[in-house]
Amino acid sequence: MAGINPNQHRGNPFKHNWLASAIWLIVVCYVVYMFNAMDLSWGRINEGLGHAGNLLGRMVPPNFSRWSLLLSGLIESLEIAIIASICGIFISLFMGLFAARNMMPNWISTPVRTLIALCRTFHPVIIAILFVKSVGFGALAGILTLIVASIGFIAKLFAEAIEEISLKQVEAIRATGAGFTSIILFSVMPQVFARFIGFSTYQLDSNLRNSTMVGIVGAGGLGGTLFSAFQRFDYDFVAAILIVIIALIMFGEFLSNIVRSIFR
Amino acid sequence: MPVTQNTAERANFLEIRHLKKEYTAGNPILKGIDISITEPGIVAIIGPSGTGKSTLLRCINRLIDPTAGEIIFDGADLCSAKGAQLRMLRRQVGMVFQEYNLVERLTVIENVLTGRLGYMSAWKAWRRNFSQDDINTAFDLLDAVGLTEHASKRADSLSGGQRQRVGIARAVMQNPRILLADEPTSSLDPKTAVEIMELLERFAEEKNIPALVNIHDVKLASRFAKRMIGMSNGVVVYDGPPEGITDEHLKQIYGGESWLV
Repeated sequence: MAGINPNQHRGNPFKHNWLASAIWLIVVCYVVYMFNAMDLSWGRINEGLGHAGNLLGRMVPPNFSRWSLLLSGLIESLEIAIIASICGIFISLFMGLFAARNMMPNWISTPVRTLIALCRTFHPVIIAILFVKSVGFGALAGILTLIVASIGFIAKLFAEAIEEISLKQVEAIRATGAGFTSIILFSVMPQVFARFIGFSTYQLDSNLRNSTMVGIVGAGGLGGTLFSAFQRFDYDFVAAILIVIIALIMFGEFLSNIVRSIFR
Repeated sequence: MPVTQNTAERANFLEIRHLKKEYTAGNPILKGIDISITEPGIVAIIGPSGTGKSTLLRCINRLIDPTAGEIIFDGADLCSAKGAQLRMLRRQVGMVFQEYNLVERLTVIENVLTGRLGYMSAWKAWRRNFSQDDINTAFDLLDAVGLTEHASKRADSLSGGQRQRVGIARAVMQNPRILLADEPTSSLDPKTAVEIMELLERFAEEKNIPALVNIHDVKLASRFAKRMIGMSNGVVVYDGPPEGITDEHLKQIYGGESWLV
């Protein structure tokens, strides 16, 4: 073909990036250094595996003899999770709406967004400790913790879902002379409802898991039982508790699947 | 609102006086519009894109707030109305949109019923407590626009022409004293466009109300309109019967002449 000159040298368009190579080298060196600095040698890992084997051995067979203690902890965890989810979702509905910048003026949405951001700043463990210290030991502290955690997560997602809606539909309902509440009910909610259900069932799932954790710091539920079993080296009882937690989480998964299929 | 109205006032459907709108100060898009609508039937508003036709319609139902001027409707000034009074006036103005603006996840019949929201409390709206009369009217309207068998389909499963019919049914559901249609045929094929115009004409006649229609297609406009309003650069440059529009007027409205064949 005309115009092609095979003798002419052209550079490879895939350029070698020396800077990227240098950065990779530095990262690899640092990782090797860290392993050494933290004494993560084969010897240490071997020693750890020995302990783990010992623990596992003492966990089998799981001991369900204190089933009434287990059951009351389980029910408390379940109740903490469900109450916190219902309250959290309800509050998040409003906070999500108030935080949506396409629905609310800045002087409302900015403070609400800040509040939501604050709710997600701290890990639930830290919030749980704060509530245990302020309202005392027990389920109330756990419920409040998970409400805060729920708001931090789903109010933000609700707000983002509302910000992505089509305003044409809102405009049309506004043009019928509908009031603000009716506009929300008939043009905003239909657009976001399916996603809200998705977020809410996810949060219920997450709250079930976290409700077994808050007990470790004294905020009620199965976590407290688990923690004291650990401290008394009742590893067979620990195993029983862990099995129950697995069952609880799977039950939650099953429950959210049902909810999702109802509201599809 | 006045309790008694004499016949002369009642025939005065809409009176727009010195309407001005500027989105940025000193850069008006509507530069003093005066239009008085005294007869029922289709009033076509033609003009190039960006000349303020959509803005004009949206000022009438206050989806956009005008900068200055008066819009006298049902004995009240729409420009200064607020809150509950504004919604009371707005519910008597039915609007049809270029892109239909149906609530896509609601069914067809639910979309038609949303036309009654201006007449319902939020509490009733929350419980979907539409009156039996409203429900009957909605099904009758759906029948009138020929979509009875689509009543329980979701709005986003319809074709463009079908969606626009639902849009018109929703607007008529408001029992309006005036219809506004913003480019109702621009997204449709020529045959469907004519059908939509026929539907608007029919409802305007049945309800004995005016329908202000923004439209690009001058031929289609003059076929249905009883009166044409030509706009250019934010002012009215022609206002009269469709027969009175000449090529000179069109040149003045749209500029250039190569498109005139």
